[in-house]
Amino acid sequence: MLRLIQLELQKLWLNKASRVLIIISFILPFTVLILSSIKINFFGFFTLELGELGIFNFPIIWHITTFFAAQFKFFFAIVVVSMIGNEYSNKTLKQNLIDGLSKKEFILSKFYTIVFFSLCATLLIGLATYFIGLYYSSYTEASIVFREVEFLLAYFVKLVGFFSLCLFLGMLVKRSAFALGFLFLLFITESITYGLMKWKLSDSIADGIHNFMPLQSMWNLINQPIQRIAMTKFPDKTNMMYDYAVHWYEIVIVLGWTSIFVFLSYQLLKKRDL
Amino acid sequence: MEPILTINNLTKKFGYLTAVKDLSFTINKGNVYGILGPNGSGKSTTLGIVLNVVNKTQGDFHWFDGNTTTHEALKQVGAIIERPNFYPYMSAEQNLKLVCKIKGVPHSKIDEKLEIVGLLDRKTHKFKTYSLGMKQRLAIASALLNDPEILILDEPTNGLDPQGIHQIRQIIKDIAANGTTILLASHLLDEVEKVCSHVVVLRKGKKLYSGRVDEMINSHGFFELKAEKHQELISILESHPNIEKVKVEGELITAFLNQPMSASDFNKLMFEKGILLSHLVKRKESLEEQFLQLTDNQAN
Repeated sequence: MLRLIQLELQKLWLNKASRVLIIISFILPFTVLILSSIKINFFGFFTLELGELGIFNFPIIWHITTFFAAQFKFFFAIVVVSMIGNEYSNKTLKQNLIDGLSKKEFILSKFYTIVFFSLCATLLIGLATYFIGLYYSSYTEASIVFREVEFLLAYFVKLVGFFSLCLFLGMLVKRSAFALGFLFLLFITESITYGLMKWKLSDSIADGIHNFMPLQSMWNLINQPIQRIAMTKFPDKTNMMYDYAVHWYEIVIVLGWTSIFVFLSYQLLKKRDL
Repeated sequence: MEPILTINNLTKKFGYLTAVKDLSFTINKGNVYGILGPNGSGKSTTLGIVLNVVNKTQGDFHWFDGNTTTHEALKQVGAIIERPNFYPYMSAEQNLKLVCKIKGVPHSKIDEKLEIVGLLDRKTHKFKTYSLGMKQRLAIASALLNDPEILILDEPTNGLDPQGIHQIRQIIKDIAANGTTILLASHLLDEVEKVCSHVVVLRKGKKLYSGRVDEMINSHGFFELKAEKHQELISILESHPNIEKVKVEGELITAFLNQPMSASDFNKLMFEKGILLSHLVKRKESLEEQFLQLTDNQAN
């Protein structure tokens, strides 16, 4: 396993484009996080300090940081599709197989790298959140600090699931740009199907099916936290209540999709004549 | 003899097209094999199948004694297919490190093999800055990294300039001299003739011949003759029982034998008949002539 990760990391790290994208995808969420945690003084008119809004309080901070950090996953998604696209366009996939890598090892080396990257991203966000939280939060008792730490698990699963989808699309169309196009197409298809189902069928059936679709199921893992922030400001408005928690079945659905994508990628490669 | 690769009744279909049809042959240790055939005769497809990049339709093959999986066996094989495929943004050394990791070979081999192909002083340069000849030599170095039992080369001199072709051939000869089994696919007959001891001849995916190069067709050779008494010579040749066929091209007469006859016997006979030869050469058909004869025979 270590060998397969080393192989892939060498391929990625020595490529300038993917190296830059990897660094960006790690650094950017942090910059945003740090910028938002400092006081911004607007020319003496007023000071904006997001920390004062209470968004850096435990436990809500876990929800907020993982949600916003997840928006930066697109950078590494480009790396994932291009690491497949490049293997096809350089014909190095063929050469790797001839040199004695099995098709299974090839897919696994890509998947392990995805898991490795997601793990690093999760750990970094976890640590950063912990320290920012300690600095700003009014509560520092362990029971409160670690209350909603499952958002980190959701973040990890969300990244692995999303990148596995990219891996599959990359294997399917062999070209990075088209794979990203397909990703966008899938997003539109999901929205249109949802709209159609809502129109023709009942709301509950439409929601039920929609929650099983790949992109929506990943989105469900970490629901948007804006409404929750508003809720803390106006606790009496009960019509704003919604279910933002991480549920076990949401994780299972995404893990299901992940295994389907990895399995299909392997089947595609196995069937193909290179 | 120790078998390295055994192919049994292998068939590959691409849709309606049958690229390889019921192909069987065995590669034994220590010989230099050529796979001969015109473009599109199924050479590359056959190699692709045994190298695990093309899926077979029917039949089977196994490496070595048949107890190793193809994936494990390939770690003891060195192969280059069509064009050299490397990561353009990596240097030669980095590319070879990657191959070392795949094959499970120590990095110390890299310099040794780059030396063989004469690229040691360029090892830190990026692959994309290499000329085609250098790329092809790097591919050979890469294939040699694991000191393979067998080296498979598919059209190794394709697209190279004469100097590049010469370099590659010299490298192949040196490797063969070390006792490495070589399988060389090519449509260049003189190339195969120069290095191979055995050939497999393919045409439209079917095997026409497999065996030693010099036994490819039953031939006792032919004489190339010139004489002042041109017409007389032709009439003697045509009536002689040992001569099967006579071909005349201007001054030059070619007489094909149907049974063994030495040049000195022939010369003596002609002298007795009163014909003085100004030119006498006994030759065997070149591989090219044999190959064309073989493919023509099958076509008819």
